[in-house]
Formats: sequence, structure tokens, C-alpha cells
Amino acid sequence: MKYIDPHIHMVSRTTDDYQRMAEAGCVAVTEPAFWAGYDRSSAQGFHDYFRVLTSVEPQRAAQYGIDHYTWICINPKEAEDLSLARDVIEIIPEFLDKETTLGVGEIGLNKNTRNELTILEEQIGIADKHNQLILVHTPHLEDKRKGTRITLDAIKRNGNIDPGRVLIDHVEEHTIRMVLEEGFWAGMTLYPNSKCTVQRAVDLIETYGTERLWVNSAGDWGHSDPMTVPKTAMELKRRGHGPEVFNKISFRNPLTFLGQCKKFKVDDA
Amino acid sequence: MSNQPHTCQMTRQQVVDQYFLEHRAKMIDIAAFLDRIERAQPTHDEEDFRVRAMKEALAVLTDGEGERARRVLDALSDPTVEPIPKSPGKGATGAYRGAI
Repeated sequence: MKYIDPHIHMVSRTTDDYQRMAEAGCVAVTEPAFWAGYDRSSAQGFHDYFRVLTSVEPQRAAQYGIDHYTWICINPKEAEDLSLARDVIEIIPEFLDKETTLGVGEIGLNKNTRNELTILEEQIGIADKHNQLILVHTPHLEDKRKGTRITLDAIKRNGNIDPGRVLIDHVEEHTIRMVLEEGFWAGMTLYPNSKCTVQRAVDLIETYGTERLWVNSAGDWGHSDPMTVPKTAMELKRRGHGPEVFNKISFRNPLTFLGQCKKFKVDDA
Repeated sequence: MSNQPHTCQMTRQQVVDQYFLEHRAKMIDIAAFLDRIERAQPTHDEEDFRVRAMKEALAVLTDGEGERARRVLDALSDPTVEPIPKSPGKGATGAYRGAI
């Protein structure tokens, strides 16, 4: 049972997690740049972080036969400070050229503020200028529905972004419809106390089908579980779905979306 | 029961047999949580906005209409549409407090 976890923050996980994931069938991960749990004091802090994402993590993953790819951006939780965010935006192009960088992400909104939206729009512009895939973080809890709407509108306002090259992550029952109906890809994040559970993810698969949809663990430094993607296979089986459904959601679909970037070279056999 | 399409392959009996105990436990957790709030030392005259929102959302579960998960999430969501001027902090609370 091969699978890809297309959103996980391995920089916050131990090598034991790489081993468990490899044993469960994980062949590739993609790791978006995100908030480290504290605010970095300068763009240099981000520069060091981007070096870890583009050089250290691929080597660590390779020890377990897992291909590691990444996404580069200033995350929305640190986008309220426009000056710092713009300093970070200046160094992003340097890392977009790295051989394992797939695009710009995870960009988006956190509290749906004007400054966050400004930085989101500027990073959509970076993706447009450099012809990059986009991975979008949608806000948490009460802020998600509003933030998802504002984000979709911002992407469409750019005018040059193909929604088929944008993955809107952390969708739930109240946001998945607008994302899929407007042509974007949707990611369901399997998280213990927020976002989506494994059972609800399978409910959404049963309701919306398997097109332009994937699941991920978004495992990070908080309460999270890097094994939730393979657990989805168990829940699908329990519901009477054949293995082709998990293969589609957790292998074929990530291959199709991520394969739009020529640097993504996971064996599709 | 609402007229939702039958997209789940299991029979209704199988769904109940498979998942009832787990969700029975979750329901009792909510009941115990609300009891715990009442047994705790009072801090405000007014009920916390999150608890009030939860109680309102609970009504969705038994109104006989479908798409309960979506409607509960909608009930807990910020209903406004414009970006706010400034971030009140990084975290989310789980329910809409109202304009700050």
C-alpha cells in the first residue's frame, strides 16, 4: 500500500516517525513552510529554516526511502508584520529554484486581517511570476469559512492563476463544496482536535467523490498524528471500499497534482 | 430523516452497530462538560460565548434536517465577510465572539 503524505512538517518530527511512515508504505512527503510555534525575529531566521527544508530534510527522509519535497513562503501567522513579511518574500525566489521545491506554500490567512490578505496577494503574485504551484492554508475553526472565501476570491482576482494548480488545504464540510465547485484541488487534514477526523474524511469522500481531493496528516510540533493517512485506508476498508479508493486519494491524486511540477519525480508504478 | 443521497455503502444497521458506542461516549462527554461548567466556580454573570454557541449548534443535531456537520460548522463560524483591521492574536477560539 504505497501512499504520499502531501502535507507534513517533518522538521518537527523525529526520525522514528520517518521509520513508521516508511513501514506503513509512505514513499514521499511534501513539507510546506509554516509557523514554528514562535515568531522569528528576522528574515535570516526564515533563510535558515528554508535551508533545512531544502537540504537537511531530504537527506533525513532518504535514509528511510522516502522522497522529500517542500514548499516555500512566509506563513500567514507571521504575515501581520508587513515589513518582516516583505523581507522574507525577497528571499523566496532563491529557494523556489531548489531541486525539491514544488511551489509557494502554505500561504493563506490566519485571522483574516488586511495585512494577512496583502501578503497573501503578494505571494500569489510571486507564484504567478515564477509559474509555481500553490498550496494554501485555510484558517482554523471559526475563521475558516470566511478565510476560505476571501482566499479563493484573492486567487481569482489575480487573473493568471489556474485553479487546477492550487491546492486549498484543511477543508471541512462547510468549505469543501466551494473549493471543488470553483475548480481548485482540496486537501483534508486529519487532525485530532481540529480540522477533520479520519471518519469525517471518508464521509466527505463518499459525498464528494475522489476527484481533486487528497488527505494529509499535517503532522507538526503540536497534538497531531503522522500516521493518519494510512489510518484512512483502514476506515475505507471498514466501510466496504476497495483498495483503489485509497490508492486514488493518497497516491494517484497527489501524483497528478504534484506532477504538474516537473521536479516531482515519484515512481508512479 | 432527511433525504440525503445514499452514498455510504454500509447499511444503516451496520453504521449504527459500528459507530454507536463511540458516539454515545462523545455525547456523554459533552453532557459531562456542560455539567462541569455548572459545578465550577462562577466567574462571569454571562455565559461564555463558546458554550452558548455550542448549545445553539446542538439543536442542529435533532432538527431532522441533513448536512448536520456542515451546519454545525456554519453555526460556529464568523458570519462576516470583510478582512478585519488588525489581528487580535494568533489563535482561534472555536466560536464567533462577535465584532471586536
